[in-house]
Amino acid sequence: MSKVIVVTSGKGGVGKTTTTAALGAALAQTGQMVAVVDFDVGLRNLDLILGAERRVVYDLINVVQGVAKLPQALIRDKRIDTLSLLPASQTRDKDALTDEGVGRVINELRERFDWVICDSPAGIERGATLAMRHADEAVIVANPEVSSVRDSDRIIGLLDSKTVMAEAGKHMPKHLLVSRFDAARAGRGEMLSIEDILEILSIPLLGIVPESEEVLRASNLGTPVTLANPATAPARAYFDAARRLNGETVPMVVPSEKKSLLDKIFGRRAA
Amino acid sequence: MAFSLAPEAPVAGWLHDLDVWMRNSAGFFAGRPVVLDLTSLALSGSAIQHLVGELESRGIRIMGIEGADPGDFAGHLPPVLRGGRPASTGEGGESGRAAAASKRTEPTSLMIETHVRSGQSIVFPGGDVTVIGSISSAAEVIAGGSIHVYGAIRGRAMAGANGNPQARIFCSCVDAELLAIDGFYRTADDLEPGLLNRPIQAWLEGATLMIAPFD
Repeated sequence: MSKVIVVTSGKGGVGKTTTTAALGAALAQTGQMVAVVDFDVGLRNLDLILGAERRVVYDLINVVQGVAKLPQALIRDKRIDTLSLLPASQTRDKDALTDEGVGRVINELRERFDWVICDSPAGIERGATLAMRHADEAVIVANPEVSSVRDSDRIIGLLDSKTVMAEAGKHMPKHLLVSRFDAARAGRGEMLSIEDILEILSIPLLGIVPESEEVLRASNLGTPVTLANPATAPARAYFDAARRLNGETVPMVVPSEKKSLLDKIFGRRAA
Repeated sequence: MAFSLAPEAPVAGWLHDLDVWMRNSAGFFAGRPVVLDLTSLALSGSAIQHLVGELESRGIRIMGIEGADPGDFAGHLPPVLRGGRPASTGEGGESGRAAAASKRTEPTSLMIETHVRSGQSIVFPGGDVTVIGSISSAAEVIAGGSIHVYGAIRGRAMAGANGNPQARIFCSCVDAELLAIDGFYRTADDLEPGLLNRPIQAWLEGATLMIAPFD
């Protein structure tokens, strides 16, 4: 039973591509066949994060338009041979995507892979709606700030109305992944707390990825963080999230600031 | 109170103007009895039927027709007049004006069993809206009647939107961007800080939107 997951957020820069690569690499390391699909036509990034930018020949648009066959466009990762990338086109725009063509490609991917992870572009326009349209489940990436949370809320509304599942009257399972979480700043009230985000979005929590220099370092090396250094905090968070996606029960720990003695004595609360 | 609609020739142009006007005043005719005044038009029976059909398709319920000979309808009002009562123009048209007695049942309340997410807009001019979830930031609910929210209002809630000052807003947690009843509104800035995140009800007293905690 293959599963199509869309990684989406509404807002840009919150970590969709990082999350797609990290979850894809984590799931692939369990031996399951994983395809990650870059839907950000015109702003191709996922190939860089996976270190495959020099190997792109054909892309999603070529396959959608029937110019290339799917196996020609898929790039198999050199480090994990169960992980494949279907890159976006950098020279085209999102209007080149058609609903029918995307549906056909997704169905073809379903036959070959256990997991198809679609990296949605930011926004709510054609690229984003087509990335989510054929998904079975959604991972919503949000940062602990009000604009990101509001945009995620909007995306949840679209997932519940504009997808094939929603139009068939089915409920699409949705998972919240909070990225760039800084426990110290949340503790000081400079960031939304996990409870605040969950109260507004009210969807189940898949994971909390702490703010970390490791993520940027791994991205610049062209290696998903779950592959670059599996022992780091963000990598562990992504591994846990991947196991939860896989149906395992993994206890969730909300990162908390190590309180100073004074804080403990006075019980200081964030305003 | 019944409204009177007096179409002018050419009818197609008048319908177009009506469409433009209705787009700007959505829900104005919801639940309102309307009398069609044809005194300035000389229409055949079939033309009247067509006109009534056109109005029906726009959600306007014609309760009676004035200024037309009942003989034009072949002894019957068009079947769209189900909600109507026997009416008379005082010119001896009683016999032909009787409409079917069966009451038309339109829903008078709307139940939303989920959250109203950011960017979504629920418009229900026909009556009350009940939301079991929350109204998110930058989402809105517009109701002809009252609005009941079992979660939090973080977006906009506009009750009594058709000019109903009796409408109220209830919610179990208020952090609204805007609350309005019959056009009188308060934004988040005008909300007393003490009310924030508490269960409240809002109602109108004259031209003042009153908000009081429920606990």
